Amino acid sequence: MTAATAQPALPPIRARRVLPGFTLSLGTTLLYLTLIVLIPVIALILKGVEMGPERFWRIVSSPRAVAAFQITLTAAAIATLFNAIYGLLMAWVLVRYDFWGKRLLDALMDVPFALPTAVAGLSLTALFSANGWFGAVLHPLGVPVVYTLLGIAVAMAFTSVPFVVRTVQPVLEDMDPALEQAAVTLGARPWTVFTRVVFPAILPAWLAGCTTAFARSLGEFGAIVFIAGNLPFRTEIAALLAFIRLEEFDYNGAAAIALVLLGFALVLLLVSNLLQFWASRHREAVR
Amino acid sequence: MSITIAGMTKHFGQTEVLRGIDLGIEKGELVSLLGPSGSGKTTLLKIIAGLEWPDSGRLAVDGRDWLGLAAQDRRIGFVFQHYALFPHMTVRDNIAFGLTVRPRAERPGNAIIAARVDELLRFLQIAHLAGRFPAQLSGGQRQRVALGRALAIEPKVLLLDEPFGALDAAIRRDLRRWLRGVHDETGSTTIFVTHDQEEAFELADRVVVMGEGRIEQIGHADVIHDHPATPFVARFMGATVELPVTLQAGRAEGAGLDLAALPRRALPDGPARLFARPGDILPIPDVSGPWTVVTRASTGAELRLVLTHPAVGEAAADVPRRTPGSAGLVPGTPVRLLLEAGTIFPAARVTPIAANPTHDLDRKEARP
Ligand SMILES: Nc1ncnc2c1ncn2[C@@H]1O[C@H](COP(=O)(O)OP(=O)(O)O)[C@@H](O)[C@H]1O
Ligand SMILES: [Mg+2]
Repeated sequence: MTAATAQPALPPIRARRVLPGFTLSLGTTLLYLTLIVLIPVIALILKGVEMGPERFWRIVSSPRAVAAFQITLTAAAIATLFNAIYGLLMAWVLVRYDFWGKRLLDALMDVPFALPTAVAGLSLTALFSANGWFGAVLHPLGVPVVYTLLGIAVAMAFTSVPFVVRTVQPVLEDMDPALEQAAVTLGARPWTVFTRVVFPAILPAWLAGCTTAFARSLGEFGAIVFIAGNLPFRTEIAALLAFIRLEEFDYNGAAAIALVLLGFALVLLLVSNLLQFWASRHREAVR
Repeated sequence: MSITIAGMTKHFGQTEVLRGIDLGIEKGELVSLLGPSGSGKTTLLKIIAGLEWPDSGRLAVDGRDWLGLAAQDRRIGFVFQHYALFPHMTVRDNIAFGLTVRPRAERPGNAIIAARVDELLRFLQIAHLAGRFPAQLSGGQRQRVALGRALAIEPKVLLLDEPFGALDAAIRRDLRRWLRGVHDETGSTTIFVTHDQEEAFELADRVVVMGEGRIEQIGHADVIHDHPATPFVARFMGATVELPVTLQAGRAEGAGLDLAALPRRALPDGPARLFARPGDILPIPDVSGPWTVVTRASTGAELRLVLTHPAVGEAAADVPRRTPGSAGLVPGTPVRLLLEAGTIFPAARVTPIAANPTHDLDRKEARP
């Protein structure tokens, strides 16, 4: 509690909080946020300002950089599209059905979070290479994965699928079963119940999960570099290009590319929040 | 539509939820299912709606078997305990839902749907709320929307699961009268679940009292009130004072009890138990009375007395505060008890009550 309560004199009348330590906990989190998130971002932006708009533009519009951005965005879009559907299905199966091994499957969903991305990259490469388990099937079909854009998308999808599953799952679990029962008694068939009642309820969470998965895919590095082959203009992602520039002691080049990635992420976050706000507009109560 | 339920049982895991339900409901009747929480009321309602299936038994509506019919095809109106309004739809869209999900061939045109919803909004007196979302409504308003949504499909059977459970007393009373009006106007067959006896009796044509998956009694309010069929019903109906008596030639006698007001009962001689409401017990000061007043509290209108008997134990009595002589009923006063009403059940077995789950004991006695 605050010092005011300890004083024998009549304390000044002001709203008190039930839980103590609000100031301390807010202070700690804000300090942490500043040190870990805000300062690096500001440093990056300063670096960009320092180099001036002309130089910045020259770096990010160079053909190799543009190709890298295109590749990154396209692969992330493919990965997110896949996860949007697969993640939703997975969350649905985990919440709605009881089957043998469900707990194990549920635990497996965290593997992409826990696994070092390099390990993921190596195993995916081994699986999809021409003589790997999957590659042996896909190659003869004319679908090479390793050293292609598709390979990048596979790596991105692998590392970002838990974002969709883990955001949709709790919302689906909390859904009142009476909502679906009500729809059924009113004559709705299963597909109608899903599209008109269930999906709108999980839409905000699903959108949030998809955008986080997309953002994560944009920044993924470790898992991709193994499977991508990293050919400039073909399979070189933006994060890797920034890394290469850094290796060449071209700090400005690295910072400029990183800034563009940061820009993508911020725009995405904004879009995500707007979409969620729109999808849950019915929640605001009248004041 | 008339509803016939026969020999219906249902269990969830180890729990026997319905233990053989037989019930017939007439066309256009309004029936209350009354019982304590956990007695299986919701489960029975959900089986009728097609949201649950029984383990055994029959369900027929107008003579047609309903257990083979999907919930979507039964066309019942179901009002859920916590309304279950679709949160992302406006009041108007909630009410229209049942009409808009019909297969294209049967679906009315948009204009017809809109007109029907308008009509319902007016009928339910919520026209001004049409554009709001459920989160922006009070409990009573949500209740009306839920009923409107159920009525929109013109159900022949209306099922309501504790529809007023979450509302405060004044609104409950209003909505009760209003629901009766809705029932009379639509002419539907209505089953209404509640654990509130006042609500059940005021609203229903007939009351079905349920306890632990069985029907304990079916009847009109007065009959259930005055002549509970089982100790369970007696206790549930407020006859919470239980006194040991002895029957002789249909007359009951008990320690310090004046039972002259009770009618003769055609029961065998021997030990029996008397169930009475605290309000039907009048303590009369009597120096030789074996009962003693222990505590006395006033609610303004009534005195709540607790009495004790060295052999029997404690009993409660509610006496109007202005009754002559009530001023003398202070703690320590010796009294005898005059019973104005009560129900007697034979005590088939002599077992210490505290050592037994009371309900099971009661049932065995009530169903020889
Ligand atoms: N889906 C379910 N799974 C397991 N047990 C259930 C389920 N539904 C109800 N029960 C149990 O069945 C009993 C009766 O429940 P219910 O029909 O809801 O009673 P009421 O509506 O009279 O309170 C309770 O003991 C409850 O715990
Ligand atoms: Mg219930």
